[in-house]
Amino acid sequence: MRKFVADFTVTDNIALNANYFLLKLTSVEKLPEMLPGQFVEVKVDGSPTTFLRRPISINNIIEERNELWLLIQTIGDGTRTLSALKSGDLLNLILPLGNSFTLPENPSKSVLLIGGGVGTAPMLFWGKYLKNRGFEPNFLLGARSSKDLLQLEEFDKYGTVFTTTEDGSAGEKGFVTQHTILQTKSFDFIYTCGPKPMMLAVAVYAKSKNISCEVSLENTMACGFGVCLCCVENTINGNVCVCTEGPIFNINELKWQI
Amino acid sequence: MADLRVKIGGLDLKNPIMTASGTFGFGEEFNDFFDISKLGGYVVKGTTFEPRQGNAYPRMAETPAGMLNAVGLQNKGVHYFADVIYPRIKDIDSHLVVNVNGSTIEDYIKCTEKVAELERVTAIELNISCPNVKQGGMSFGVCATSASEVVKAVRKVYSKTLIVKLSPNVTDITEIARAAEAEGADSVSLINTLLGMAIDVEKRRPLLSTVTGGLSGPCVKPVALAMVWKTAKAVKIPVVGMGGIMDWKDAVEFLLAGASAVQVGTANFIDPTVCLKIIDGLNDYLDRHNYSSVNEIIGAIGV
Repeated sequence: MRKFVADFTVTDNIALNANYFLLKLTSVEKLPEMLPGQFVEVKVDGSPTTFLRRPISINNIIEERNELWLLIQTIGDGTRTLSALKSGDLLNLILPLGNSFTLPENPSKSVLLIGGGVGTAPMLFWGKYLKNRGFEPNFLLGARSSKDLLQLEEFDKYGTVFTTTEDGSAGEKGFVTQHTILQTKSFDFIYTCGPKPMMLAVAVYAKSKNISCEVSLENTMACGFGVCLCCVENTINGNVCVCTEGPIFNINELKWQI
Repeated sequence: MADLRVKIGGLDLKNPIMTASGTFGFGEEFNDFFDISKLGGYVVKGTTFEPRQGNAYPRMAETPAGMLNAVGLQNKGVHYFADVIYPRIKDIDSHLVVNVNGSTIEDYIKCTEKVAELERVTAIELNISCPNVKQGGMSFGVCATSASEVVKAVRKVYSKTLIVKLSPNVTDITEIARAAEAEGADSVSLINTLLGMAIDVEKRRPLLSTVTGGLSGPCVKPVALAMVWKTAKAVKIPVVGMGGIMDWKDAVEFLLAGASAVQVGTANFIDPTVCLKIIDGLNDYLDRHNYSSVNEIIGAIGV
């Protein structure tokens, strides 16, 4: 897929809670084809302490409105600066970057998309993509508490939503890997994005049940398009760049203790 | 439109803007972004005789106005380069320079000999300054005696343009530059990254797997500029300047300090089209000041 560097216009910046915001962007040019699991590299202007771009996964594409959504967690100076963007501001992106989730051949297969924290971001776009191709996705979304469960009304449009919170304020209490559907339902494919311990636990579950499983990695990177060689993951094929060979990996490629 | 052509050893560059090794892949990664034949030259990823896996993750840390890296010369070896990559990039109409590395003098020679067979590689950049490998690399470049030894050995087996890439992690960079010149180097390029470090205070752990790494970006520019200025006065061979160049103004500063060409490195990560903008900006600058050739500004600070 051809990559582009281009300015986008902010059409909306919605604070979802104290730590998360949703940027809606549009462009005068028609958006290039983008796939679920891919990411963009965002240039942060106006933050003296932010030197590099920030890799952000694609949360949603609204083709009718030529709109790209980025769900961002405020962590440091870079994301804090982005959180202050206003409608009409310009944002420079490199996109689309990385590979994508693997689409199962048969829509009758049972798919489970597990997201934790800001890791729910790519699952919306992926769930929508699956739904549009005849799948009936199941979403399992985890957060600290009910206020951190984001975009539930959006997820509802594309499949069945299950939730967990660490404090029990919504859904089942505990971590996603403790949710009862993992014991009561069976799945053919699992896709996950979130904190590494969560993805590792999901991978262990998938492997024990012999379920095909893909994870989305977020190794620290400088460029995002395969030239700095900083974001490597040690895989069965040696050190490979997460930005070009990933961010999506089948768990069988990884050298995790699964 | 001013004449942008410059000469580095046997290379006639169409303009003085090159890309720095390790920041530009093999050039082809930038084909989506711009026509890389517009570059004066491009230096491809550091190559060794044997394949190298590089250092463990994490290899990168952002710093104020820059970044640290500890990649450690990850590459698939010179034979893979020659057999697989070279055929894909050899017809690009720009100077293709291979950055040659080794742990021993023997390694440098074997890697150079293989590169010498490749007709369209018009120069090598001998890297005696990589801070991220345990053996060889920078250890050759921090003392004039060992620098002389490796340059002499490689000069014997390489007849095309030989550029020697110098480390800033030395007491006097001009001493190493003069040693390289004395052994027949056609040019020196500087600076490689500065040794640096960053710590995660919450975890009380270094941010890089190797503890220390190489610092690059605008934070190193004043250091690089001073070293280029001193070196350009100390040697007769052309100097290729680099270190934190982000825009045309930075490039002009290096040329004014005495560099005959410049390399753009870390800036490629942030704006993959930055080199084109620098070429255009340099041209505008020369026109604005009524220079007919870029050569008129090389070393032209009135001191």
